[in-house]
Amino acid sequence: MAERVFRVFRGTRERGELVDYRVEASEGMVVLDALHSIQARQAPDLAVRWNCKAGKCGSCSAEVNGSPRLTCMTRVDDFPANEPITVTPMQAFPVIKDLVTDVSWNYEVARRIPPFRARSPDFPDGSWRIYPYEVERAQEFRKCIECFLCQDVCHVLRTHGKHAEFMGPAFLVRAAAYETHPLDVEERSSYLKDEGGIGYCNITKCCTEVCPESIQITDNAIIPLKERVVTRHYDPLLKLVRRIARH
Amino acid sequence: MEEIERHQHDVLVIGAGGAGLRAAIEAKRVGAKVAVLCKSLLGKAHTVMAEGGAAAALATVAPEDSWEIHFRDTIRGGKGMSDWRMALALAQEAPARIRELEAWGALFDRTADGRILVRPFGGHTHARLAHVGDRTGLEMIRTLQDRVVALDIPAYMECTVIRLLKDGPRIAGALAYRRATGHFVLFRAKAIILATGGAGKAWLVTSNSWEYTGDGHALATQAGADLIGMEFMQFHPTGMVWPPSVHGTLVTEGVRGEGGVLRNSKGDRFMFRYIPEAWRAEYAATEEEADRWVAGHRSARRPPELLTRDVTARAIVQEVAEGRGSPHGGVYLDIATKRDPEYIRRKLPSMYHQFKELAGVDITKEPMEVGPTVHYIMGGVKVDPETQESTVPGLFAAGEVAGGLHGANRLGGNSLSDLLVFGRRAGSGAAAYATRAGAWASVNEHEIEEAVRAALAPFERGDGENPFAIHNELRHLMQHKVGSARARAGLEEAVEEIRTLRGRAACARVTGGREYNPGWHTWLDLHSLLTVSELVARAALERSESRGAHTRDDYPREDPELARLHIVVRRDADRITTRREPIPEPPPELKQILEGKKASG
Ligand SMILES: Cc1cc2nc3c(=O)[nH]c(=O)nc-3n(C[C@H](O)[C@H](O)[C@H](O)COP(=O)(O)OP(=O)(O)OC[C@H]3O[C@@H](n4cnc5c(N)ncnc54)[C@H](O)[C@@H]3O)c2cc1C
Ligand code: SF4
Ligand code: SF4
Ligand code: FES
Repeated sequence: MAERVFRVFRGTRERGELVDYRVEASEGMVVLDALHSIQARQAPDLAVRWNCKAGKCGSCSAEVNGSPRLTCMTRVDDFPANEPITVTPMQAFPVIKDLVTDVSWNYEVARRIPPFRARSPDFPDGSWRIYPYEVERAQEFRKCIECFLCQDVCHVLRTHGKHAEFMGPAFLVRAAAYETHPLDVEERSSYLKDEGGIGYCNITKCCTEVCPESIQITDNAIIPLKERVVTRHYDPLLKLVRRIARH
Repeated sequence: MEEIERHQHDVLVIGAGGAGLRAAIEAKRVGAKVAVLCKSLLGKAHTVMAEGGAAAALATVAPEDSWEIHFRDTIRGGKGMSDWRMALALAQEAPARIRELEAWGALFDRTADGRILVRPFGGHTHARLAHVGDRTGLEMIRTLQDRVVALDIPAYMECTVIRLLKDGPRIAGALAYRRATGHFVLFRAKAIILATGGAGKAWLVTSNSWEYTGDGHALATQAGADLIGMEFMQFHPTGMVWPPSVHGTLVTEGVRGEGGVLRNSKGDRFMFRYIPEAWRAEYAATEEEADRWVAGHRSARRPPELLTRDVTARAIVQEVAEGRGSPHGGVYLDIATKRDPEYIRRKLPSMYHQFKELAGVDITKEPMEVGPTVHYIMGGVKVDPETQESTVPGLFAAGEVAGGLHGANRLGGNSLSDLLVFGRRAGSGAAAYATRAGAWASVNEHEIEEAVRAALAPFERGDGENPFAIHNELRHLMQHKVGSARARAGLEEAVEEIRTLRGRAACARVTGGREYNPGWHTWLDLHSLLTVSELVARAALERSESRGAHTRDDYPREDPELARLHIVVRRDADRITTRREPIPEPPPELKQILEGKKASG
């Protein structure tokens, strides 16, 4: 099969450049395969992250021709054969080396979200009854593989660098997973409004477009959360009633 | 020498998959100061990839299921090689461990009456796998990860352990490096839990990721611990075979659990021809009966596609060898003609996606092409079934790196419950040891300096081979000489060639700097890969019979003499030695269960 040119970012936070590599393309090849081939034959120190190579772990995120993608799920033959394929690191996070970025900020955000808290069990043996229709909503959000591609594309983080003020779509999805969990009784609206900065999201929907798990981030997670924050925050009585009802 | 970052924790957990996270949660619960470390980012361990489910006799679908039947299935599936005490603990405790996950926020698929839905899997008498579609591992690791975060347990990410340190006989700490900077980190600990997972990256066709280089097996060997069952490497019958990019990628057994069938190029459902005599009474005799079972008729017997993995993988190999394979050297796995598209997309969404995106196959319309792939190592560190302590004081092991539970063949779904049951036991065992241990063991600064120097040596060489090339050769070697069918001559050659590769690795060269350098990481991994490969080859030589996942072409039958013996491997000075050791006999009341005389209904 044909040779393809991959134009890959090599460097660190301080300096770097795009380097061209020629790779023999095989049938069904994905961008991550090409990066591995470069590693094995041309540049053993080329830094990339990966684990599952099947779109399940969210490790291999990068930007392919400028758009945030899982490199293990991006087919080489999706791109015109005569043009180079450019692979660069996610822009919303500081580069460590080559395609590897420092995503530790995401793990700090995760630590700050008030965690899941279950209502007391329905039965003396400590179990609950949860019906199939009750799990559907939360299951959509629990599909998140923490690839951080939505964080990468969101202009609040990417362009405006509001990492200190805004938790980003990935963790709004996380919050939505807790909030729609049939057993959860934790109160998160003030967190979402203040520390989480949900107000920064102006519903551009770019995050939804890049999500490899096809989670309807904006419509199903963010908008309902925004509504909740508004009603709860401005209606302290309702909040109180709800608390009593759920305990 | 450079300044080394230093930390100390009562209990250090090496590995943040299901076993490591569960262990850390338990150690913390009983009051230990505990930390976890992992080679990747948190939440990316192998556990995240598990698809089909976690086995536990919850009896929500088949009310007649019980721990007794799960116990028997596990021992039978393991061809008598399992430690009965571990199999018993697994069968009895798994339901509680699964329910506990629910209390921590896991949301399993449900039955109509609001309980945890379970699905059928190979070798399990009844439907028994708690699952979330085909992304059960993601649900499990995320739940445990959230819990670790909520409990404020420190996690050192992208931090790889290269050496265990001892003070006399007892464990004293671990030396690691940070992937991002290439700087070394010293952890002192009173107890260490190995939860490092498997070793599939020593083979060519595997479902395993780069992390599976057998580090824990090698670290335990270096520390002088005993390992058992290393000859038993599971070939999962259904890996993808085409295109080359995904050769080896797993196709969950859940496809067959949901009614998928195997056919050869003649359209024949060949598994009916491979039912072992001893199992015949339990499997359907006709396609019609198998279909009725899938439709939920209790009077029918289960389809032969749900035989254990060793049997199914061998059947596929034989079909292909006899010329009835698919164009790319596999067989067909068909669910399209058995379930409607909507059902397939709902219960197997990631399989649907995986085939659509990576192979251009729509599994709701066409069959998949599948063949065996190296998947899981049954062998591992020999542990005490109560505490998971190894033969080295203060060193514990849990999860895939531990041996004993799965015997000669692991049943699907038993790994995820293994992680929970034995992760918890390791956590409490290690915490109790740390309390008993009292004063900190001391580490030998000279040994640390030596280890650091050795780790940096390949940067110094002006010339030498590329570590990736050596790894690639090892993978071919293991695939061909220590693969699913082995024989003395090939195994002896393999041991010799591993020695040669070790010599070449010692002269290999790493280019570039220490910051996030995969060439260097691979060179460091080679040490583990070569060690684990030698352990497997030597144990395979010693077991002169065919049993479970271990097939010897020169000894095609089971040997009753070897039926109650473990092969134990360990390091003595600079050599790997093997010996045979009796497997403990179960007490009479459990024997009755195993013989099906008790609680079989
Ligand atoms: C594709 C796939 C599907 C599967 N599906 C199922 C299923 O449906 N049901 C089932 O029961 N089983 C399944 N399995 C098997 C099961 O997922 C694994 O056996 C199990 O997850 C292993 O868990 P663990 O905690 O032992 O190790 P892992 O989850 O692999 O974690 C190992 C950890 O150790 C760390 N580590 C390793 N070496 C070092 C080192 N030197 N220094 C620091 N950290 C280190 C790694 O970074 C990682 O965090 C599947 C496996 C695969 C590959
Ligand atoms: S919808 Fe909101 S969160 Fe998503 S990309 Fe736009 S601004 Fe960011
Ligand atoms: S919501 Fe989607 S894009 Fe965002 S981190 Fe999760 S899986 Fe990735
Ligand atoms: S490597 Fe796991 S998602 Fe790409």
